[in-house]
Amino acid sequence: MAETTSFWERLGFRKASGVGEAGWGHTLFAAIVSLIYFLPVLLIIITSFKLQTEALAVPPKFLPTSFFGLIPEQFVFTPTLENFTSVFSRAYVAGGAVESTGFDRFFFNSIFIASTSVLLALVIGTLAAYGFSRYPLKGNDTYLFIILTTRMLPAIVVIIPVILMFRVVGLAGSYLGIIFLYTAFNLPFTIWMMKSFFDELSLDVEDAARIDGSSDAKVFFKICLPQVLAGLAATFVFGLILTWNEFLFALLLTGVDTRTVPVAMNQAVAGGGIGVLWGLLAAIETLFLIPVFLVTFFLQNHLLRGVTFGTVKR
Amino acid sequence: MTSVAIPEPAPDFTTIAPDNWKLAIAVGLAVSVLAIVALPASLSFWVTGAMAAMVAAAFVVNAYRRHYYGGLLVAPAIAVLFVMNIFPLLWSLGLSFFAYQSNQQSIRFIGLRNYEQLLTNELKAPELWANLTNTAMFVVLTVSAQMIVGFLLAVLFAKQFPLRKYLLILVLTPMMLSVVAVGVFFSYYYDPTFGLLSQIIKAWGGEQFILMSTKAGAVAGIVFADAWMWSPFVMLLVLAGLVSVPKYLYEAAAIDRVSGWRCFWTITFPYIRGLLMLALLFRTIEAFKLADPVILLTKGGNDTMTISYHVIRIANEQNKTSEGAALSYLLLFVVIVLTNLYLYVANRRSQGT
Repeated sequence: MAETTSFWERLGFRKASGVGEAGWGHTLFAAIVSLIYFLPVLLIIITSFKLQTEALAVPPKFLPTSFFGLIPEQFVFTPTLENFTSVFSRAYVAGGAVESTGFDRFFFNSIFIASTSVLLALVIGTLAAYGFSRYPLKGNDTYLFIILTTRMLPAIVVIIPVILMFRVVGLAGSYLGIIFLYTAFNLPFTIWMMKSFFDELSLDVEDAARIDGSSDAKVFFKICLPQVLAGLAATFVFGLILTWNEFLFALLLTGVDTRTVPVAMNQAVAGGGIGVLWGLLAAIETLFLIPVFLVTFFLQNHLLRGVTFGTVKR
Repeated sequence: MTSVAIPEPAPDFTTIAPDNWKLAIAVGLAVSVLAIVALPASLSFWVTGAMAAMVAAAFVVNAYRRHYYGGLLVAPAIAVLFVMNIFPLLWSLGLSFFAYQSNQQSIRFIGLRNYEQLLTNELKAPELWANLTNTAMFVVLTVSAQMIVGFLLAVLFAKQFPLRKYLLILVLTPMMLSVVAVGVFFSYYYDPTFGLLSQIIKAWGGEQFILMSTKAGAVAGIVFADAWMWSPFVMLLVLAGLVSVPKYLYEAAAIDRVSGWRCFWTITFPYIRGLLMLALLFRTIEAFKLADPVILLTKGGNDTMTISYHVIRIANEQNKTSEGAALSYLLLFVVIVLTNLYLYVANRRSQGT
């Protein structure tokens, strides 16, 4: 019988390989666990639709609707989109002029800086990983350990000399500086991860291609790289998640024009001396979550396959 | 047959050739030292940079001519890491031997005094010791919580079931949140007046609950937030191991009526051991640097100060750059010893079986 993808299968009701298969009973159990685990995030998303008074209400107002009177009124709030609009423009003084908060710029910065540096680290790191895997240097393990060591110190210690260095060179507050720094920040993990992928590949195919007269470059691009695509996807997602949310480097090294969302978020938290604006902060975080959530969701299959492929010995 | 080109012989030390890296190093060093001594800092920086580029170029040409592809491939990564990580690290290692504050101009060499002060001063030594024990406690608690929760979640998702993809992404979400948001929102959940935790306890007939009023509560709060955020990382790695176990092994075990426990240790565990080790390694390294949740939840109060937060305070808030550097090198020493010990044990295990 020809296999067709039905509507239900596209929705995720599909059978695939795994340690085994389970039915809807397992789904129910997993759904309960996942929802409990997801609850703090869900509360952030709910808070983003609340006004400040509702966010601080006692008892807490959980739900946007009373479900036709099933839920007592005291637990119900009226959802508002005000927080989302005031992420991008709001009046700083009550009754004052509505000004742009610059968050559109910060979102652009976050996307631009994170994606560029992760891709750059992926290119450089993949080359290096291939080198470490196929052409071991003298003391290969020592080099790899030193690369890991660069992630062991508290970031603040690395950052002070970098700040001094950037001031001298004029890179402070520029895109180039922070992208370069994040590239270095992502490299150790990229190299360790990609090396384990290359280590797992069978050398026979490569040798066969070499005997047939393929150049080293051709072997790398036409044979090795296609086999580790899943690994590249997995490494990309991990790197993106870490860079996307990086705070300390961004705080100390970005200027007004290159500020990323986590830094701006921190300032919004502290802003104004009237306490934290919970709804606004939740709205920023919710918007900020969407891009990385979507990327992870669409690369999810690769993520699992990729990690599997890379690190498990056959 | 592949045509194996015979590498050219290396040039003599004195010949001026693009691949004579030994000469390049000698010239580069001499010019850099002269520049640092004779020229102002802003100019000598560029001269030194140009010399470094020249040496690098010589290495590249040399590697290309002699077919050292390994070196050639690794070079860009090493260059970036050297400029952005290793050089700053060496710089701060150097700073740790000086008395230097980033808000002052004066700098003077004091040798090992910073380290000596940290280890023997009657005010600083107990503080260091307390911070170290706190950090060790956080490392043990957060990492073991992450490993256990991550492992259990992975077991839950190892089977294929309807809607799995959609439930899995829900569990992965905490990892994608910003640290700032996690810290701030957990302080919101823990708040004694309007926080969720306190209100639930009140609803069950308790008093207003102040989690952060005791050390145990504060530690529990921090560990919970951190473990919640990073368990998905462990889960993802373990899950990858679990789904890679070939199904026929379980089928064979079922035919032989092997007990579930033995089935796990003899079939499943060997497949996930490597990934568990990798997760443990990366999470331990990160846990030693734990600072953000502490800053946002307790500000180090209630004896929850960690060494990483202490370094941030000294180096950033009090501007004692060199003392902070010295402190972090003590920390680095501890982490390197532990990591090496761990890698040694892990390697011996995997070779032993």
